[in-house]
Amino acid sequence: MSIISLVWNYLKAKPLNTALNIFLLSLGIAVITILLLFSYQLKEKISENAKGIDLVVGAKGSPLQLILCNIFHIDFPTGNIKLNEAERLAKHRLVKKAIPLALGDSYKNFRIVGTNQDYPALYQAELNTGQWWSKDLELVAGATAAETSGLKLGDRFASAHGLSSDGHDHEESLFQVTGILKRTNTVLDNLLLTNVGSIWKVHEEHEGEDHEPEIVEIKNPSPLVPTVEAGDSTLEVTALLLQYRNPIAAIQLPRFINSQSALQAASPAFETARLFSILGVGVEALMGFAYVLIFISGLSIFIALYNSLKERQYDLAIMRSMGASRVTLFIVTVLEGSTLTILGSIIGLALGHAVLFSFTQVIVESQKTGITALVFYKEEIFILLGSVVLGILCSLIPAIQAYRTDIHKVLAGQ
Amino acid sequence: MIEVRGLSYGYSTGKRIKFDDFEISKGAHWLLLGGSGSGKTTLLHLMSGLLTSQQGKITIHGTDITLLSESKLDHFRGANIGFVFQKNHLISALTVRKNLLMAPFLAGLKQDDSRVQEVLKELGLEERADARVNELSQGQAQRVAIARAILNKPSVIFADEPTSALDDQSCEAVIKLLLGTAHTNNAILVVATHDQRLKSIISNQLLLSNQ
Repeated sequence: MSIISLVWNYLKAKPLNTALNIFLLSLGIAVITILLLFSYQLKEKISENAKGIDLVVGAKGSPLQLILCNIFHIDFPTGNIKLNEAERLAKHRLVKKAIPLALGDSYKNFRIVGTNQDYPALYQAELNTGQWWSKDLELVAGATAAETSGLKLGDRFASAHGLSSDGHDHEESLFQVTGILKRTNTVLDNLLLTNVGSIWKVHEEHEGEDHEPEIVEIKNPSPLVPTVEAGDSTLEVTALLLQYRNPIAAIQLPRFINSQSALQAASPAFETARLFSILGVGVEALMGFAYVLIFISGLSIFIALYNSLKERQYDLAIMRSMGASRVTLFIVTVLEGSTLTILGSIIGLALGHAVLFSFTQVIVESQKTGITALVFYKEEIFILLGSVVLGILCSLIPAIQAYRTDIHKVLAGQ
Repeated sequence: MIEVRGLSYGYSTGKRIKFDDFEISKGAHWLLLGGSGSGKTTLLHLMSGLLTSQQGKITIHGTDITLLSESKLDHFRGANIGFVFQKNHLISALTVRKNLLMAPFLAGLKQDDSRVQEVLKELGLEERADARVNELSQGQAQRVAIARAILNKPSVIFADEPTSALDDQSCEAVIKLLLGTAHTNNAILVVATHDQRLKSIISNQLLLSNQ
């Protein structure tokens, strides 16, 4: 016999009660675990994806939409901006780097992004196989996009207009896969990258202007798209990702851009903070629910211990008569409460990971976000430690009563 | 050997009970007689240190237990004294074997499975070692309680009304068992009872008068 074995036998003697208390607590812990895993990873992903991008410039509309569309690629474009206006901004003295994005097409729900080499460089992307695009309609696929859509090196495919796979197919121009990227765990994994010219070409031909592209010598190439002349007033891009040259830019540039009627600047940091404050309400409500569950389970454990103490007063007295000290009885009672809460929180943590795991398996969209159930945060250790504290707290009063048991009175039947 | 000198105890009601001086020599068997309220249980609890704040001296094997600290007293009790109560008071969450092992565990002694087996065999319970307490008959449960009391080979066994709830046949069996095991272990046996049936069996008798 040992204290642990005694406590375990006490818990086993009331299986339903024990199971209920553990289950109640594990539910609360599971909800907290899921929220923790989800919101931490979401924040990590967002900051990874927005890394190196100080400002997004696009057509007027919702600034949040601009961010969601051009950084996370989960929303539709607000519209297009003229290439010559974008060029003017790219040459601004407060701009260190400007990356053009041309959106509009997709393949099997994976967005095709017309851009330049600076964009994958932003995420330190490297090629897994093949090579980078060198001319129009050549394309490099992100790791997840290639895997899920089944695209392989050398494959040719027609893109669909918009972000859904049932959009109109641009069957006239076929893209060719020339490279596949290594996994970066960023939004890049879900994208198909090509040059800006490819996006223009696909849409030109879609509009039925079936002519051979004129081969002209470019005297003054555009800083954003070197294959065309600078200052073109007909070509358009969707957005521009900017890097500030210095901190002053953070103050002056957004104001300068927003004062221009056709353009809008949105800061990823500010908009994601705003997004989180919107999401935060839901997260807090769920957290509150989880804390109520944990409080109720703590109360339930307290009541169970308190009630069993009455049934066990003879056990306690007998143990004292066999040489157990008051402290031993105190420890037995506290251990009983703590065992319940520790088991509850271990099962709760496992349950949280399991639920998130099945969620990421079942819902394909969640795989695109790169959220996984197979990471552990140090906060989970705090949950475990917290459960020990909870166990001690709710068994403290019963334990003090066990400590104070008057053996003589109990045994004399008074 | 137990020696009691000038012992008295004050109840919280204000009533004070005085006990005559007495001595019990090693291996002797005594009956503690008296009507209800005469202080039989109080005296047993005082002699085992379950009840303190008395006046007077109680010496067991040369140790004045009234001078021991509470934790030393717990340890002394675990190592030297075995208890049998009117009700068996077994721990229902545990099996018979585990109930018995509680005795050496709580006394801080070595837990010896073969000793458990030996005692269970002695009391005719070897078949029931892994039974749950609530599967036992009342007679079996009482025998398990006696087994638990003698498992550590205590030099003193106190029994508080061990037979008053039993019929004649079980009463005789239980008292024979107590006497037999006390004899085997050369232990002092003190039985507090108002059960008249025991008077003819144990000749050393200490009568507590209603004061």
